[in-house]
Amino acid sequence: MRIEKTQIVSVSEVQSGIFILTVESEYFAAATLPGQFFNIRVSESLFPLLRRPFSISDLTGKNLSFMFDVHGEGTKILSQKRAGEWLDIIGPLGHGFGIEGEYESAIIVAGGLGVAPFPYLTKKIRNKKKIYSFIGARSSRHLVTQGIVNVYSATDDGTTGYYGNVVDLLKLKISEIPGIKKIFSCGPTPMLKSLTDWVNFVGIESEVSLECAMACGFGICQGCPAELHDGSGYKLVCKDGPVFNSQEIIIS
Amino acid sequence: MTDLSVKIKDVVFRNPVLLASGTVGYGDEISNFCDLNKIGGIVTKSLSLKPRKGNPPQRIVETASGMLNAIGLANVGVEEFLKTKLPNLAGYDTNIICNIAASSPEEYIECTRILTTESAINGFEINVSCPNVKDGGLEFGNNLDAVRRITAGVRAVTDKLLIVKLSPNVARISDFARVVSEEGGDAVSAINTLVGTSIDIRTRKPKLFNVTGGLSGPAIKPVALAKVLEIKRNVRIPIIGIGGISKWEDIIEFILAGASCIQVGTMNFISPDFAEKVVAEIAGYCEQNNIPVLNELTGAVRLP
Ligand SMILES: Cc1cc2nc3c(=O)[nH]c(=O)nc-3n(C[C@H](O)[C@H](O)[C@H](O)COP(=O)(O)OP(=O)(O)OC[C@H]3O[C@@H](n4cnc5c(N)ncnc54)[C@H](O)[C@@H]3O)c2cc1C
Ligand SMILES: Cc1cc2nc3c(=O)[nH]c(=O)nc-3n(C[C@H](O)[C@H](O)[C@H](O)COP(=O)(O)O)c2cc1C
Ligand code: FES
Repeated sequence: MRIEKTQIVSVSEVQSGIFILTVESEYFAAATLPGQFFNIRVSESLFPLLRRPFSISDLTGKNLSFMFDVHGEGTKILSQKRAGEWLDIIGPLGHGFGIEGEYESAIIVAGGLGVAPFPYLTKKIRNKKKIYSFIGARSSRHLVTQGIVNVYSATDDGTTGYYGNVVDLLKLKISEIPGIKKIFSCGPTPMLKSLTDWVNFVGIESEVSLECAMACGFGICQGCPAELHDGSGYKLVCKDGPVFNSQEIIIS
Repeated sequence: MTDLSVKIKDVVFRNPVLLASGTVGYGDEISNFCDLNKIGGIVTKSLSLKPRKGNPPQRIVETASGMLNAIGLANVGVEEFLKTKLPNLAGYDTNIICNIAASSPEEYIECTRILTTESAINGFEINVSCPNVKDGGLEFGNNLDAVRRITAGVRAVTDKLLIVKLSPNVARISDFARVVSEEGGDAVSAINTLVGTSIDIRTRKPKLFNVTGGLSGPAIKPVALAKVLEIKRNVRIPIIGIGGISKWEDIIEFILAGASCIQVGTMNFISPDFAEKVVAEIAGYCEQNNIPVLNELTGAVRLP
């Protein structure tokens, strides 16, 4: 974990409204695991005040990429950055996905921009595990599959792939997926909730990457609680997560 | 070389820059970015006798030049602090101030009584001003009699530096500072956060689970500065200035208004190395302006 001024290599709109910003950092590239995130200061001024958290999306050589859509002021400023500018970043933060293990089939389940962490995860495990990627979006325009392999897509409006939500598609296909399975998921809370309710019931090992409003991103503000199933209180999304075992936390 | 040191009671701070309670935990994570050996001191997250889980999410909302928090005093409790947090903190050559938040005067006294036997602890900051818990907190901070009782009670069980952290959510903050002074408190810190809220217009619900939270960050600096000045003009007691500090100039302003030391809060989230860096910047300012002893600037504002 370090604070570093990194130089922007490129910012590109890969499809309508979805951006990939790439920075160069030897240290970050060597230290970052899939599912970890970075807290980015989008402006040198104090507006907006807080940093913005983004998952590592892809990593090639010394280059780290973040994938985002324009949500509010912070992401708007980021989308307007240019190659050569400097970006103040803290990272890598949190615990990423548990990619080691006995499982044979990795099942990625992503909704919307929840796909962001998975190109890097795919890169890390594709030579060792069979990957099945269930990607959901509002419509074909919003469906991102860059860097993702073996895609099963679902859209809310049926413009491409399965007409419906991605968790229902997974339920339809699960019997076709062989061997010991492990699910890696990220996306909107309702999707994660319906997914974890189901996987906890059927008993497939599953990890979810959570989002939460954050002030610091590294454990000093106590601003990002994730409620534990056992009633003992909260863990911190930034420090103990953002990836949690689906049995461990309550998604609500 | 300018002398940046500040002495309050028998505690010498190598410089006036401290880290504010609730914005640096117990020093574990912040020390990755900020060399605690280079600053004046660190104030722990508020401790209560027993651990507190804190409020459900959402606990944080960003606002214009500030943020609201309703953490609900999530903390490990005195026992766990002594076992796992203090040993690590004690390894730094800096002042350790334990901040205490409790739900009754007795609990404040009990926490202090236990902690004061630890030689690694240099002093206490009594938080009578947290806006985010149902019991205690602001209710004490808004009640002169309660502040009087708590200050006197804690004073009776410790000889160490005793600071009372005041709430800005009162009509006259200097009345509270006077009570602290009368009951033997060694200093006051001002300010804690201002009560605020934020509403999601889509869902029409408050964004914070707790409905209201505490506003901090650059947005509150002018208010904090005015409170420090008010205390300085009315009560003779050392003041630790807190609120919205985001650059070295802010620190000089607080000192001119009457602060002996200052604390950095929200800025730790944005630039966790800020406190360390700002010490060098203050030293640079003093050298350029031929100020041999920084604390001679305390209260040096030229009022009309
Ligand atoms: C661990 C983590 C990883 C993330 N990874 C990605 C990613 O790879 N790609 C991506 O597009 N988005 C990601 N997000 C969400 C991203 O941080 C928000 O979209 C972004 O902060 C919005 O900022 P804004 O100024 O554009 O929006 P605004 O709505 O104007 O932001 C206002 C405030 O709310 C906070 N906020 C708003 N939405 C979110 C959110 N979903 N999660 C947390 N805080 C939020 C902002 O940080 C800011 O403090 C991630 C969030 C977390 C916590
Ligand atoms: C997330 C957060 C948590 C805080 N927790 C505490 C606390 O536990 N005890 C306390 O006395 N003050 C607490 N504070 C208040 C700060 O110590 C400080 O008084 C306030 O934030 C104003 O300073 P700033 O504008 O520099 O942040 C907290 C502030 C924030 C932002
Ligand atoms: S964001 Fe500060 S503790 Fe998690």
